[in-house]
Amino acid sequence: MPEIRVTPLGAGQDVGRSCILVSIGGKNVMLDCGMHMGFNDDRRFPDFSYITRNGRLTDFLDCVIISHFHLDHCGALPYFSEMVGYDGPIYMTHPTQAICPILLEDYRKIAVDKKGEANFFTSQMIKDCMKKVVAVHLHQTVQVDDELEIKAYYAGHVLGAAMFQIKVGSESVVYTGDYNMTPDRHLGAAWIDKCRPNLLITESTYATTIRDSKRCRERDFLKKVHEAVERGGKVLIPVFALGRAQELCILLETFWERMNLKAPIYFSTGLTEKANHYYKLFITWTNQKIRKTFVQRNMFEFKHIKAFDRAFADNPGPMVVFATPGMLHAGQSLQIFRKWAGNEKNMVIMPGYCVQGTVGHKILSGQRKLEMEGRQVLEVKMQVEYMSFSAHADAKGIMQLVGQAEPENVLLVHGEAKKMEFLKQKIEQEFRLLPDAKKPRLLHGTLIMKDSNFRLVSSEQALKELGLAEHQLRFTCRVHLHDPRKEQETALRVYSHLKSVLKDHCVQHLPDGSVTVESILIQAAAHSEDPGTKVLLVSWTYQDEELGSYLTSLLKKGLPQGAT
Amino acid sequence: MKLYCLSGHPTLPCNVLKFKSTTIMLDCGLDMTSTLNFLPLPLVQSPRLSNLPGWSLKDGNAFLDKELKECSGHVFVDSVPEFCLPETELIDLSTVDVILISNYHCMMALPYITEHTGFTGTVYATEPTVQIGRLLMEELVNFIERVPKAQSASLWKNKDIQRLLPSPLKDAVEVSTWRRCYTMQEVNSALSKIQLVGYSQKIELFGAVQVTPLSSGYALGSSNWIIQSHYEKVSYVSGSSLLTTHPQPMDQASLKNSDVLVLTGLTQIPTANPDGMVGEFCSNLALTVRNGGNVLVPCYPSGVIYDLLECLYQYIDSAGLSNIPFYFISPVANSSLEFSQIFAEWLCHNKQTKVYLPEPPFPHAELIQTNKLKHYPSLHGDFSSDFRQPCVVFTGHPSLRFGDVVHFMELWGKSSLNTVIFTEPDFSYLEALAPYQPLAMKCIYCPIDTRLNFIQVSKLLKEVQPLHVVCPEQYTQPPPAQSHRMDLMIDCQPPAMSYRRAEVLALPFKRRYEKIEIMPELADSLVPMEIKPGISLATVSAVLHTKDNKHVLQPPPRPAQPAGGKKRKRGSDDIPDCKVLKPLLSGSIPVEQFVQALEKAPDH
Repeated sequence: MPEIRVTPLGAGQDVGRSCILVSIGGKNVMLDCGMHMGFNDDRRFPDFSYITRNGRLTDFLDCVIISHFHLDHCGALPYFSEMVGYDGPIYMTHPTQAICPILLEDYRKIAVDKKGEANFFTSQMIKDCMKKVVAVHLHQTVQVDDELEIKAYYAGHVLGAAMFQIKVGSESVVYTGDYNMTPDRHLGAAWIDKCRPNLLITESTYATTIRDSKRCRERDFLKKVHEAVERGGKVLIPVFALGRAQELCILLETFWERMNLKAPIYFSTGLTEKANHYYKLFITWTNQKIRKTFVQRNMFEFKHIKAFDRAFADNPGPMVVFATPGMLHAGQSLQIFRKWAGNEKNMVIMPGYCVQGTVGHKILSGQRKLEMEGRQVLEVKMQVEYMSFSAHADAKGIMQLVGQAEPENVLLVHGEAKKMEFLKQKIEQEFRLLPDAKKPRLLHGTLIMKDSNFRLVSSEQALKELGLAEHQLRFTCRVHLHDPRKEQETALRVYSHLKSVLKDHCVQHLPDGSVTVESILIQAAAHSEDPGTKVLLVSWTYQDEELGSYLTSLLKKGLPQGAT
Repeated sequence: MKLYCLSGHPTLPCNVLKFKSTTIMLDCGLDMTSTLNFLPLPLVQSPRLSNLPGWSLKDGNAFLDKELKECSGHVFVDSVPEFCLPETELIDLSTVDVILISNYHCMMALPYITEHTGFTGTVYATEPTVQIGRLLMEELVNFIERVPKAQSASLWKNKDIQRLLPSPLKDAVEVSTWRRCYTMQEVNSALSKIQLVGYSQKIELFGAVQVTPLSSGYALGSSNWIIQSHYEKVSYVSGSSLLTTHPQPMDQASLKNSDVLVLTGLTQIPTANPDGMVGEFCSNLALTVRNGGNVLVPCYPSGVIYDLLECLYQYIDSAGLSNIPFYFISPVANSSLEFSQIFAEWLCHNKQTKVYLPEPPFPHAELIQTNKLKHYPSLHGDFSSDFRQPCVVFTGHPSLRFGDVVHFMELWGKSSLNTVIFTEPDFSYLEALAPYQPLAMKCIYCPIDTRLNFIQVSKLLKEVQPLHVVCPEQYTQPPPAQSHRMDLMIDCQPPAMSYRRAEVLALPFKRRYEKIEIMPELADSLVPMEIKPGISLATVSAVLHTKDNKHVLQPPPRPAQPAGGKKRKRGSDDIPDCKVLKPLLSGSIPVEQFVQALEKAPDH
């Protein structure tokens, strides 16, 4: 069995900087090309020099696949393709292709304009990079070249997120990217058919969690927001512009409508409207309910949610603000956080996972005194809440997907080492090999090999096709037996003896007195001189050489006494 | 390999292919031309229609006058309109494993098949096909159910009576199998059996056959299908277009190297050029409106209407029509306009890039925003208060037998200022107009059929080179009305095999090989002998494993070690139980050498 080699360049036992190199059937595919939010130095991008020490990436890699538009999965793409240098195809779904460049530009602006980083990719590089993208449909089998094919499956998680099957000949790998197995307010659940890959590479962000029902979490969330607003506090919800944001907006919008609340809800950055427009145009990627009702009421047209202006942050009175980015590591969400952190009436709700090193991660792990730039210390008095809304599969969901795809092997990535160990055991416990249903059959034939064309035919046909005559090679042997009885009786004794010894073979006594074992013929004849001896004529073909020689040596030992 | 032909309509096909232990239905078209034999269903009581005289036999016998009415020399059945179903007796439809749908026009018979034949399989179609197909069905059901008709005529269907009727009733085929429209419940149940597929998706059927939809360029989500095993390939081409309109372009390359190519759904108007027709449509429309008349466009709620609206969008300002209201009336008008905007992935490249901006791909969004185009579910309600003349109305059904169009025909038919412009090619416009005669209104026939014409077909066939072509018999001879036009038929070598309704074709190729995978361990053990330069033989003994129609050869099991402690002596004592095939013996025998070898043998 040719081997499949997997090298994680990032997000092996960690979250962030997803980048996995897969070598399968002589093809090299790079899965995702993400950045790490927790680092601001070289470590933020995968180490691409590992792929090929010297030589061009384009020559080595057959294709790059991006699973979805989150920066920890595509953030390093322009760096990789334009600065390191890669000119081969990059595959992603249509919504990812539409949204990815916007988020990259956003990221670039924060890094270069706000933090003043040099040697970063430029806007032009993002554009040039996107020109190398080939968009794929769900379930479309894309032939990358004659041997390598890829296929996208719906993954939920965010708009346009996909799992990918990579197939070369009869070997295949499925890479899940990030996915969720339960439909949420705006996306459907991931689905894959029973494609039986040799290897399933699955994310395991929530490897040990089995989350309570979504409804409960939603109720909790609304209750917390409501309480904070009631007591006049300001609620900050750091989110990424696309994804969770839309789900929570739908949630708050319907709640505000139902409870007739007046406190303003704002959404930071001008991206919102554009983002919502993408959701409207790519509505086929959302969940069933939204798709069904979009003609009557488009869920992404919000009445209560308005664009945020920086000046609003100092407005008196309660408000809810969605601000980017989601891990409080930079940008507007961090600015607002610094403004509001000192007031215990306020609240920050972290609706997703936070990478180590980010402010989000620090406050979630209980830190209340934060060292900011310029040795300032920020005391956090506001309420800090964590609600896992990020759409990753939990342990149950991962098991479900493994059950759906029926892989031969499972590889866990994009999670924490300890949690993976636990999930590993669970998977090993639960899934065992099933036996084959049909009985195997023994088959004989001849393989004709002509150039690279192989055909298996019957031996007779092979000879006929090649114009060859088959030689018949027959062996005959005489065995002398001491037996004064008549020939017919000798034959009968031989028959019963062989019958008892050769239980698995077809032993027959023919009407003409001869005995056959498979194709081997045995005849008894009188000895011309000695009436007390009979001669057994044994004859077999070349194909039955082993059985023939075995029979003769068996018969040479004589027949057992008492046999009749 | 057999092809069962259940429909005689070349653009609304329904064939069943038996291929390698699978039974595959190709399309499920519903022949609606049967409705032309019926009286229109008016939305509001029409005195003209209800006062039409009953028809009586030549001898004056008038026992049919309740069922048959006469209008301007034509006889119509006064009953709920009925449709001509695909053949249901030719093959047991409960044995059909899957149904492949190529476009939304070719799935209209689906509820009849999936709900009433014991069908238990899966239907495959693309998402736009399903969504727009649903709209077409919803509209049809709505049109028919909202004007309940008490009478269901059946006397005329009696064979002995049908003989006595005038043409075309006399010649109508299989009238006994004509059925009334299905219900919404049946539609929903039928659509729930559909599994969505994407272009170029390889779908395994029981591991035996692989089917793949390909873009056919004709409509949103329209597809041709490849049905193949490892050694055989059948292409099913149905409703394809090479014109650049709104859908993704046709994928021709993947049709190459087919053993059989089944060709259906060519243009119904081979002599008309769609671009020219669109031009004529626009100029006639402008002319009528400028003279103060109204324009009626009988149409389906999806498809060509998107292109017409786009043309008008570019045309109205330059033609000075900006103040003329455009009305689109259909129970699914809103849905159709909205749906067209969300299938970015199924659109041509130009429209796709618009979505990335993000902007709606079709300009009718702007027409609606600027109030130039208004849509209504029916002419009752809001429409009656907004209604201004002169105006342009797009509405269904193109057969003119049901839908809001019936009302407008009655309303505007008496004035020569008004014009009805036929753009849909599915119905003969003269037959469609027959129950409205005499008519003062102008009638313009601008059929827009973007499907392949015969020149394009012969070019396509030359390019993809199928071994055999199968097509409806209509394509193997010139159209009856233009019998001298030898260019209006399929010309290929070998000549195309033709089929007609209720025929079974044996397709001319035999399956001879299956793909078997040889495990590396077994491959290692093979000993090839080069028999001729470049050709080697190796005898193989192996165990064949078959699972899900996939075959794998594994090394034969080694003789099991006997149970029990005592180790048997190896050698002749063991019964050789597994035969390993010997090399084949052939070629010349070196007799001399053989004799010498024998002489050297120690025993002799």
